[in-house]
Amino acid sequence: MSFLVLYAEEYEEIKRILTALKQETNSRVALIVEKNGQPIAFAGEMDGVDTTSLGSLVAGNVAATEGLARMLGEDSFPLMFNEGAKENLHITLIGDKFILAVLFDKRTSLGLVRLRARNAALKLERVFSRLEEKMRQEREKLGTGENPLEDLSEEDIEKLFK
Amino acid sequence: MAMINPRQKELIAKIVYYGPGLGGKTTNLKYIFDHTSPSSRGELVTLNTQGDRTLFFDVLPLNLGTIKGYRIRFQLYTVPGQVFYSESRKIILRGVDGIVFVADSQRERMDANIESIEDLQDNLRQYNYSFATMPYVLQLNKRDLPTATPVEEMKRLLVLKGEPVIEAIAIRGVGVMETLKEIAKLVLINLKKEFR
Repeated sequence: MSFLVLYAEEYEEIKRILTALKQETNSRVALIVEKNGQPIAFAGEMDGVDTTSLGSLVAGNVAATEGLARMLGEDSFPLMFNEGAKENLHITLIGDKFILAVLFDKRTSLGLVRLRARNAALKLERVFSRLEEKMRQEREKLGTGENPLEDLSEEDIEKLFK
Repeated sequence: MAMINPRQKELIAKIVYYGPGLGGKTTNLKYIFDHTSPSSRGELVTLNTQGDRTLFFDVLPLNLGTIKGYRIRFQLYTVPGQVFYSESRKIILRGVDGIVFVADSQRERMDANIESIEDLQDNLRQYNYSFATMPYVLQLNKRDLPTATPVEEMKRLLVLKGEPVIEAIAIRGVGVMETLKEIAKLVLINLKKEFR
């Protein structure tokens, strides 16, 4: 499948899980990125940070680490941690397609973030499998019902570049 | 893999600029960055080595505008062109929705162009992506250089499936926006088909 539809119901649930994770851990930001770099959703203070750029760098980091894992005979390193003077970044894999990143500072601890992030990742994995199932069903019913490109015309595309 | 978010009214797609080292992929992105309003683009993130060569990738998030109330956002990526960064190139192709091949027109770079196109096809195969159906634009860059190979000859060597060919001088912006427009068009039309 070459696209992902984030249906409202699942999107809201993903946001709820992220918000809860952020609050329970007292972290700055909880963010989900697809492994190809698309930011999916986030909760927290993102002002001053470009989510798209952050997403692509997180995904790049994960991809490089996975390359490293394979080279060393591991399937993956499902958990990554970057420690800074002020900010820390904790990265967990959600299944084999998505990444959960938590940005936190000294208001919380690595242990708490690690524990809660692991639980959140399990919940999120279930939501994403439901999402995939839903997409499959919708697809069988012909059309996603959410197709913004349904009546796309040359004119629409021309307008984007005016 | 494009993403549609009906709640946020957003469609995001990924475009990758591919091609041999020092061919002008990053220059394309820099021009687009410099010539779009800050409100319609994000930061241009570049991961370079000291010699100003792309090490891992560059990425530029771009808001193209709206179609039927949906914000159309593209993420433009470049790959490192140097031969030995093969693994990085493969990583960046993951989930790609459209590819621009930036060919270097200089005669002495023709072998590098061909090698890079073969590398591209090889990497796509490894992901089971079909090159035949992949939105794809060929840009012939550096047309201003005295050693530029004639367009017809380049087409004979590099055109693979009747893709659009755009002549460019990326450093002066010639052909850059045309290329972007062409690939955007192909990607959107392809996504429209995919939905059915």
